Amino acid sequence: MSNLALIIYCGLITFLTRFSMIALLKKEMFNDRIREVLSYVPSAIFPAIIFPAIFLDNAGSIEIENNPKILAAIIAMAVGIFTRNIIATIFSGLASYWFIIFIV
Amino acid sequence: MSNKSKNFFKGIKDTSPLMIPVIPFGIIFGVLAIDLGLTPLMTIAMSIIIFGGASQIIFLQLFSAGASSLVILSSVGAVNSRHLLYGTVLSEHLSDLNLTRKIIVSYLLVDQAFAVSNDHFKKNREDKDKYFHLIGGGLNCWTIWQITTIIGIYLGSIIPEKLGLTFAIPLTFLALLVNDFRKLINVIVIIVSGSIATFGYQVIPFKAYVIVAAAISLLIAFILTKFIKKNNE
Repeated sequence: MSNLALIIYCGLITFLTRFSMIALLKKEMFNDRIREVLSYVPSAIFPAIIFPAIFLDNAGSIEIENNPKILAAIIAMAVGIFTRNIIATIFSGLASYWFIIFIV
Repeated sequence: MSNKSKNFFKGIKDTSPLMIPVIPFGIIFGVLAIDLGLTPLMTIAMSIIIFGGASQIIFLQLFSAGASSLVILSSVGAVNSRHLLYGTVLSEHLSDLNLTRKIIVSYLLVDQAFAVSNDHFKKNREDKDKYFHLIGGGLNCWTIWQITTIIGIYLGSIIPEKLGLTFAIPLTFLALLVNDFRKLINVIVIIVSGSIATFGYQVIPFKAYVIVAAAISLLIAFILTKFIKKNNE
């Protein structure tokens, strides 16, 4: 599949998830139970991207020692929990990462 | 000013504060796309065709790891499943629109626009033109997203690689979870998903670790919510 075709298919999937319920539902079809479980989707998916990007090296092996990303991510998480601010979380993580690799 | 444009501009105004985090997000996307070897044209095509931050970044992540098309597609689908929820919630307000309008509104239904328009719809149930609020808010997000993508493309060609900007990917997703760290079930789901993905990265075939981790941890959320509900009864 060419890159452009893949992008178009991904766009179609994104669109269909937004469109399907608006187009199909007349009244509430999802009960509260399904709705509640769907609210956990971000917590179920995002860590699957976050954890490997922090704990694995370029070859895909687990790297705990000498890994500045772990401390930087912990700092970012603490800032996030306290401030609930998306920008503060991202930039405190990047700043501490740069501080560790360039200055310490 | 007509009622339609009143709703439209209200949508722009209401989404504006939420655009502040979108700006760095869009720039980071543009920078990473160039960093990972996509052409500027492909990068712009992604922002127009997909128009979803999380979907586009997970696309980049898996694409650069050499995942197959099927895995990329299903992972983007999984990230997007939250939109089913948005559609479900909004459908009662939008079910009277014709097909063309439903298509336009759906394309623009991003997290930020959903958040403010859902409130607006609940307060203005009787207003027939209230969907213009969602169009205004969605177009505001769309414009910001395209502009910041282009800024990122430009910056991506001048930012040195040793800055390690790919670390912005996990940080961006971490930032999207800040409200979930305070809730017990969420924390359990987060740890389960992250551990499966990390330990399964080498073992699970086809780089399907995102889907496998998400499916198992969502099942755990399903079981935990049932268990906790029962305790409350």
